[in-house]
Amino acid sequence: MLASLQSVLLADTSAQALAHASAWAVFLVGAAMILTGAAGVILLRNPVHCALMLVVTLFGVALEFIDQSADFLAAVQIIVYAGAVVILFLFVIMFLGVDRKEAIAAEPTKLQKPLALLMGLVVLVEILALSRVDHWVGGTPALSGALNGPGDNVQKVGQAVYTGYLLPFEMTAALLVIAVVATVVLSKRAGGAGNDEAGAVVAEESSEVTS
Amino acid sequence: MSVPSAWYLVLAAILFGMGATGLLVRRNVLVMFMCIELMLNAVNLTFVTFARLLNDIGGQVDVLFVLVVAAAEVVVGLAIIVALFRRRAAATADDIHILKG
Repeated sequence: MLASLQSVLLADTSAQALAHASAWAVFLVGAAMILTGAAGVILLRNPVHCALMLVVTLFGVALEFIDQSADFLAAVQIIVYAGAVVILFLFVIMFLGVDRKEAIAAEPTKLQKPLALLMGLVVLVEILALSRVDHWVGGTPALSGALNGPGDNVQKVGQAVYTGYLLPFEMTAALLVIAVVATVVLSKRAGGAGNDEAGAVVAEESSEVTS
Repeated sequence: MSVPSAWYLVLAAILFGMGATGLLVRRNVLVMFMCIELMLNAVNLTFVTFARLLNDIGGQVDVLFVLVVAAAEVVVGLAIIVALFRRRAAATADDIHILKG
């Protein structure tokens, strides 16, 4: 009896240790991906390489989401960010033909890089110092539903979105429509107000073709 | 037990600092946009961590809204960049003053 109980306890602790180790492994792999990708975005000269390193960072963030039981958000992160946003970046880079190296030498001010590094360090130290003030957490817990409990993550997110967060959800629909209309207006080529040079170029080209 | 939340928060702070530094260092507008995406992702990671820490689904719902806003922002920002390139074939932030009017 005692021996069987002890074996059950041992199995339980070894399973717990395995879960612990796997959570740490996922965290460390994700952290390595995030930091490598961020360093690549900052340091690489070619914008196409920067966009690809951004994908590495986004996948790392998705790993951290999975590690913290945000399954739905991890899927959305990969679909929306890596699938849509980065593709849009790459499309614009290729479309505009700016996939050449940045002219690093032509700096407007000599002090820009040191000052930027200093500012980045100040931001980092400030965030870390401020967050130590209240030991990371300063709010009241669990107003809009519990994260842990029975049911899937998707189900809980969906219930929160369609009940307590319904008005913000409707507002995102309006925001997306506004963004689509704004994009169409901004990228309208000829005939629009404030687009005279481009229109002139198009007119010249067409007149050359016709003549 | 899983990884303590402080590790995620420190990681998010480092990512935010790297994004802010990149935004200040780089002069290519597209890469500056990517650095803004890095900062948004750091904030998303913080939201998810606090959702776990406080046992509150609201943090994850907020991340969903941040994703929508980021997508809309990228669409409009890239349209502005394309409009900028129509006027002048240069991608540095110093050329944006010509967008006036």
